Amino acid sequence: MSPLLAILKRDLALLLPGGRRGGTLLPLLFFLAVTVLYPFAVGPDAPLLARTGGGVIWVAALLAAILPLDRLVAPDLEQGFFDQWALRGIAEEAVIALRVLAHWLSFGPPLMIAALPAAALLGIDGPTLRTVELGLLVGTPGLAAIGVTIAALTVSLRSGAAMAGLLLIPLAVPILIFGAGSLSTGGEGGLALTAAISLLLVAMAPFAGGAAIRAAREG
Amino acid sequence: MHGFANPTRFLRIARWLTPWLLASGLLVTAGALIWTLTVLPAERLQGETVRILPVHVPTAWLGMGGWTTIAIASFVELVWRHPLATIAGRAAAVPGAVFTALCLLTGSIWGRPAWGTWWIWDGRLTSMLVLLFLYIGYIVLAQATAREGASSRVPAIFGLIGAINIPIIHYSVIWWYSIHQPPSLSVGQSAMAPAFLWPLLISTLGFSLIFGGVVLARMRALLADVQAEARLRRKALGA
Repeated sequence: MSPLLAILKRDLALLLPGGRRGGTLLPLLFFLAVTVLYPFAVGPDAPLLARTGGGVIWVAALLAAILPLDRLVAPDLEQGFFDQWALRGIAEEAVIALRVLAHWLSFGPPLMIAALPAAALLGIDGPTLRTVELGLLVGTPGLAAIGVTIAALTVSLRSGAAMAGLLLIPLAVPILIFGAGSLSTGGEGGLALTAAISLLLVAMAPFAGGAAIRAAREG
Repeated sequence: MHGFANPTRFLRIARWLTPWLLASGLLVTAGALIWTLTVLPAERLQGETVRILPVHVPTAWLGMGGWTTIAIASFVELVWRHPLATIAGRAAAVPGAVFTALCLLTGSIWGRPAWGTWWIWDGRLTSMLVLLFLYIGYIVLAQATAREGASSRVPAIFGLIGAINIPIIHYSVIWWYSIHQPPSLSVGQSAMAPAFLWPLLISTLGFSLIFGGVVLARMRALLADVQAEARLRRKALGA
């Protein structure tokens, strides 16, 4: 088996629900908790909830993306896995790209499933739900890419975990704007922009993350 | 380029240049602002509120210019590992953040009479606000890396990623044209009357000189910090 495939298999075994690193369900439960909190805060006004529910799901998704950051890169760096991979001549960029893929598989599709009960609780109608789900499908890869990048950037800092949210939010704002914006315009234009910014972030993550890992090793 | 790379030579030039930049900047800015407040006529549609523009526009440009400085310094840091670039990026962050905050503040004060609201979720306002959050993130990250002795390339990578926001701010008034006007000025042409244009350009020059002076002063302070640290370490090893 090629080493890259083996790394991906290990990443998936660690990160997927029920994986050895655990905590995958935490962001999902947090996501549902935020969507449940919202009706408590604004009152059980069904038309208002239906109109604003899509945006609430997007905000909840962005907040949920902050939770898994400290377990994405730090444990492997502490245990020396990144050094071992580097000794084998495997580029940090490749490792980070695989990590983004594995993190997205453990984060994106489960979030899309969790969005179904959230949509039911908020009373979102069918066409809106379709736009939300499509938006999450194209937007969560970008969120996963930012997540891994920020996790790699803050890995060498003791205060990294506390800082990660502060660094992630401004970078994730474009995804939120375009993703939630696709709800009001009802469609394709907003989704295409969400996909565009998401692709840009996914394309950047391996290089930024790889450079961050090397900086953390030498720093 | 590597001629200026030598910190000793840089310090010699900076020590001489810093007071000149600051003094001339303060003088030029004060002149432009006094001109704006006294000589400039009230504009036909905006009335007296037009007098805030010679503060608003330069701070907006320098808010974006600050991050452009960070991005260039980050690039130099990552490619050539230049120690002065690290310090230049860190030095530009705080004045850049202050100018961005001033831009949002003056824009808000101008927007209350002109647009009838303190704040609106327009593309340019939103992207400037995101820029302020990026500055805060960068400053916190740079301080933490310096404090914990982590690699200074960490904030540099964040500085380069954040640079995506700069073209978004620039084109925001064209892409999402809602309430903020599109650019009135571009190279070689102006949609403004000369009477209003000149104070604006002169105050931009003044604020830019102040910005340059503050960045140089902060670079000198950060370099002095590094040198004091190194001296203490040498002493501790020698003792």
